[in-house]
Amino acid sequence: MYAYVIRRLLATIPIMGLVAVFVFLLLHMSPGDPAAIIAGDNATEENLEQIRALLGLNDPLHIQFLRWLERLLQGDMGVSIYSGLPVERLIWQRVEPTLLLTLMTMIIAITLAIPLGVLAAWKVGTWVDRLVMTVAVLGFSVPVFVLGYTLVLGGSIGLGWFPVQGYTPIRESFTGFLLHITLPALTLGLVYMALIARMTRATMLEVLNEDYVRTAYAKGLATRKVLIKHALKNAMVPITTTIGLGLALIIGGVVVTETVFSIPGLGRLTVDAVLRTDYPVIQGVILVFSLTYVLLNLLIDLSYVFFDPRIRY
Amino acid sequence: MSDKPFTPSEPSRIAEAFASAWDALRRNPTMLFGLVVLTLMAFLSFGAPYFGLLDPLRQNPMDRLQDPTLQYFLGTDMYGRDLFSRVLHGGQISLLVGLSVAFLATTIGLAIGLIAGFSRRVDAVVMRFMDALMSIPAILLAIALVALWGSSVPNVILALTIPEVPRVVRLVRSVVLMLRDQTFVQAAIASGTSTARILVRHIMPNTIPPLIVQATYMCAQAVIFEAYLSFVGAGTPPEIPSWGNIMAEGRSYFFQNFGIIMFPGLFLAITVFAINTFGDGLRDALDPRMQRRV
Repeated sequence: MYAYVIRRLLATIPIMGLVAVFVFLLLHMSPGDPAAIIAGDNATEENLEQIRALLGLNDPLHIQFLRWLERLLQGDMGVSIYSGLPVERLIWQRVEPTLLLTLMTMIIAITLAIPLGVLAAWKVGTWVDRLVMTVAVLGFSVPVFVLGYTLVLGGSIGLGWFPVQGYTPIRESFTGFLLHITLPALTLGLVYMALIARMTRATMLEVLNEDYVRTAYAKGLATRKVLIKHALKNAMVPITTTIGLGLALIIGGVVVTETVFSIPGLGRLTVDAVLRTDYPVIQGVILVFSLTYVLLNLLIDLSYVFFDPRIRY
Repeated sequence: MSDKPFTPSEPSRIAEAFASAWDALRRNPTMLFGLVVLTLMAFLSFGAPYFGLLDPLRQNPMDRLQDPTLQYFLGTDMYGRDLFSRVLHGGQISLLVGLSVAFLATTIGLAIGLIAGFSRRVDAVVMRFMDALMSIPAILLAIALVALWGSSVPNVILALTIPEVPRVVRLVRSVVLMLRDQTFVQAAIASGTSTARILVRHIMPNTIPPLIVQATYMCAQAVIFEAYLSFVGAGTPPEIPSWGNIMAEGRSYFFQNFGIIMFPGLFLAITVFAINTFGDGLRDALDPRMQRRV
């Protein structure tokens, strides 16, 4: 097991290395001169020359990459062009809201989606199944921000239950935090929920056709026990895979949701950086999100042991 | 060994697949619904210039932020432009982006996947690249690319295509790997058929049915992602109406006139819903495993 974990961890190094190459090349693949992008519109040729010298843009590309990578490995992601602050500090300041929003979203979505998917599979072909699946396809079809604004209008302005926008840190006030995070988490969770519910239903349908499920019914087990202990447990591996891969949807959704609800997180940081073409920040955010995504999916791969004792690492 | 007969990959198989798809279309009302709605949307969007609507770009500050009236079916935006006309015209860009991304990602991914699946040496290198590309969340990558290349419709299409390619490559490659050791492919190799011919004539036709299904989902996703890109300001340039950037402009005015976000959002959701139901129906029709269950 430990050998396997270490082997898998080592295997992520070349992948993250390639991601780093992509992210580095982002700036250099651009049609313009990187110095011109960094300097902005009103730069003189003299400014550009200064920037090139300062950032070592006159050196060969691979030298620049190695120098960038060396600093990156020491935790130095460069300096924001807009604010002049170190990128790693900007990112670190914004981690908490995004992390908690993602966690809340996952908790809400998973606890709703799996029972709904099981229910749809159990009642396959009935109106219950059709209703759950229609809602799931609808979840894929509504853009996150349309849902977000609708919830703001309904839940905050209409009913007055929730604050309109903004964010309260969890340390300041837990209730304030919960009130601020509920609508964004629901907004962000719908697509994710749709994805997991569909996967749960599809896998459960397959498992429910297995002989051991028939045996379990035949020996007189209660339906609930058959569904949960015999069927769902065996369906968990593909479902957890989807939970992991679906995180990409959440990360994308965070960028939009944080804008709708004015949450000062990493998504908001990304949008601001895009509007200001603040390249070091964009690069840093992509690196952090990709690394998190890869590591979480590694964790999920390892969790299979937990659901299927036949899997041994 | 051959208790499970394997249909050899003759071109007739494609025709067969389409015939069974047409059959399914008649049997499956939701799929038909999807197709009808899509056709309607395409007609409304691409026909918009010929319906005698108000100019989608004409500003009329006197009538800004109006609710729906007889003159303006869906009301007006902050410059007094007719939302109805803008939403219909906006469909052109959204549909164009969706279809182009689906088509480009499928063809590029098909070519790479076929080669990677058949050559072990290429496979090792290409798949590492694909893994790395897939570990960057799709929207982030697309946002970064457009931010860098500048806002234009071709750039949006390209930026949304790149993150989708690895998924197609994986799908195609898995089919190729499965078929590579099948008797009919071995027979073709033994009888001296060139690799290119085997790939195109014998293997490629088998990748088409799952690819078509995948393409519909990519199309639906691209329509939504175009809206996300425009929404964060890295999408279609503001002078061209698209569902995404009409909604993006409505952001600051959503208290005064929610219609600016709601109406294009509604059109977008109906379209994406239609593409998805169509894709689901197509999958049921083309996936023999699903057929057996039903």
